[in-house]
Amino acid sequence: MADEETELSEKQKKEIAKWFLLNSPSGEIQYVAKDVRSVLKDDNAYNLAASEAFPIYNKTHMICLEMPGRLGDVLITSFAELDENEYLDPRTAQVAMVNHIKQICTEVRPASDEELPSAYIEEFRCALDAEVLKYVSEAYPKGVCSVYCTSGKDVEGPGSDFELVVVISATRLSPQNFCNGSWRSTWHIEFKDELQVVEVRGKMQVVAHYFEEGNVQLDANHECSDSTIFQSPDDIAMTIANIICHHETEYLTTLQESYSNLPDNTFKDLRRKLPVTRTLFPWQNTMQFSLTRDITKELGIGK
Amino acid sequence: MEAALGLMRRIHPKHSETALSALLSLLPEHSSDLLSQVDQPLQVLCDIDTGKEFILCESPWSNKYHPPLEDGPTPSSELRKLEIEANDIFAIYRDQYYEGGISSVYMWEDDNEGFVGCFLIKKDGSKLAHGRRGYLEEGAWEAIHVIEVGPEEEGMAHYCLTSTVMLSLTTNEESAGTFTLSGSIRRQMSMDLSVAEGHLCNMGKMIEEMEGKMRNSLDQVYFGKTKEMVCTLRPPAELVQMRLPDK
Repeated sequence: MADEETELSEKQKKEIAKWFLLNSPSGEIQYVAKDVRSVLKDDNAYNLAASEAFPIYNKTHMICLEMPGRLGDVLITSFAELDENEYLDPRTAQVAMVNHIKQICTEVRPASDEELPSAYIEEFRCALDAEVLKYVSEAYPKGVCSVYCTSGKDVEGPGSDFELVVVISATRLSPQNFCNGSWRSTWHIEFKDELQVVEVRGKMQVVAHYFEEGNVQLDANHECSDSTIFQSPDDIAMTIANIICHHETEYLTTLQESYSNLPDNTFKDLRRKLPVTRTLFPWQNTMQFSLTRDITKELGIGK
Repeated sequence: MEAALGLMRRIHPKHSETALSALLSLLPEHSSDLLSQVDQPLQVLCDIDTGKEFILCESPWSNKYHPPLEDGPTPSSELRKLEIEANDIFAIYRDQYYEGGISSVYMWEDDNEGFVGCFLIKKDGSKLAHGRRGYLEEGAWEAIHVIEVGPEEEGMAHYCLTSTVMLSLTTNEESAGTFTLSGSIRRQMSMDLSVAEGHLCNMGKMIEEMEGKMRNSLDQVYFGKTKEMVCTLRPPAELVQMRLPDK
C-alpha cells in the first residue's frame, strides 16, 4: 500500500484536513483540530482548511458563544448570519463579531434598522421569543434559543406572508467522562396571511458520542409538521410554543422507546445474548459435530 | 501516531474507512502501525470452487496472512486440519448465536513455536437480510477475534485473545424518525489453560465469553451512556408534561 509513495499536494492535504474538521462530533472540533494539525505537518494547508471548515461546522452545530458585556449568548446559525463573521442576536438587537476558529465572540455592535425586522414583525417575533425562552428554560438545563425572521422582515402590517424560525440548541460536553452530545431543533413557522393559517415544520436532531475505550455514536433525527390558525402575536406565540413543546416531548418519549427496545428486540437481530439452544455452546462436546462431518464426508453427501 | 488514533476515536464509525485511508496517505511511514491498530470492515468473497461465502481478512493481517496471496504462509497439514475443524464448528456456533451471518477461521504458525487463529463473523441483521425479527432498517455486526496460542508446556498453553466488534443499527419509523447507533470497541483477554480438551475448545470458550461480555458492554455501557446523554440534554421532566395544553 505504501510502495508508491507520492507526496500529497497542499490542496489534497487541505481537503483531508477539512474533511476531518467537518466530521468532528459535536463539541469536539478543537480536539480534532489539534490532532489534524499534528498529522498534517503542514500549517499552511491546515490554516486554509480551518478557515473553510470552522464557519460551516459552527453553523451546522449551532454553537453558542458568549457576547462580551453580559449581553448573554448568541447562536451561530445560518439564519443569524449577516456576514461570514457577523451574527445577529435578535433578542438584544446586537450583532456579534465572531472568530470562528477560536470559537469566540470578540465584540458586539448594535444592529442597524435595516438588519432588524419591522415593528409589525418584531411584535410577533418578540412574543414568540418570550414564550419559547420560557419553555426552553424549563425543558433544557442548558438550552439556548433564538427566533429569527427569515422572510418578510419588512412587512409593515397585515396582508403579507412572513416566516419566523425558532432554533433551540443544547450541548453537553463532558470530555472527562468521554461523553459529548447535542440536541438541535429548528422550527419553521410560516404565517400565511391570506389563508389565515400558520404552518409549523420542525426538525430535531440528537447526537451523542461516548468514547471511553471505544467509539460509539448515536444519531437520531425526526421531522414533523403541524398547523394552527392566525392569531394575535401573544396568542399565536403561546400556541406555537405549546406545539413545539408537544412535539419535542413526544419525540423524547419515542427516543426512550427506541432505547428500551434495544436489548430484547433490535439488538437481538444482530446477535443473541444466548444461543437458540439457550445454553452455552458445547465446546467440550464438539466431537459430535466432527463425527457428523466425518460421516457425511465418508458417505459422500453434503456439499 | 497518537494523534491519528485520537482522530479514529472521534470520527464517526460510519466514516472509519475514509478516515483510515486519509491517514494512510498522510502518514505512509506509519501504515503498518495504523493497519494493525485500526480495524476495517470485513469483506465477503465467494469461493469459486465450493460456492461458499467466506470473509476476507484485510486488517491487520492483510499483508501477511491473507490466503489468496501466492507467497502467503499456509498452515502445516496438522494446523490445516484444525483450521478445517474450527471452520465447521465455528459455523455452528455462529448459527446458534447469530441466526445467520457468515464466519471464517484462519490459522497460521507464528515465529514463537505457537500459532495464531483468526475467527471472523459478519452478520447483516437488516430486515432484508438475516434480521429474523425485522426490526432493523440497517444492521451490521462484525467481530474479529485474533487469538495467539503459545507453545505447549507441561500440558498447558498461553492464550491471548484480542477481539474487536464493530456494529451499526438503524431503525426508521415514520413516527419516530431515524435512530442509529454505531460504534466499535476492542478488548483483550489472556489465559493459561490445559490443552487436555484441545485448543479449539479453549479458544471457543474464550471467544464465546468475550463476545458475550462485549455485547453486554455495548448494550449496557455504551448505548446506556448515549441514552444518559440524551436525558441530560433534555430531561424527561414531569413538569414539562404538566404544562402540556389540551392538545
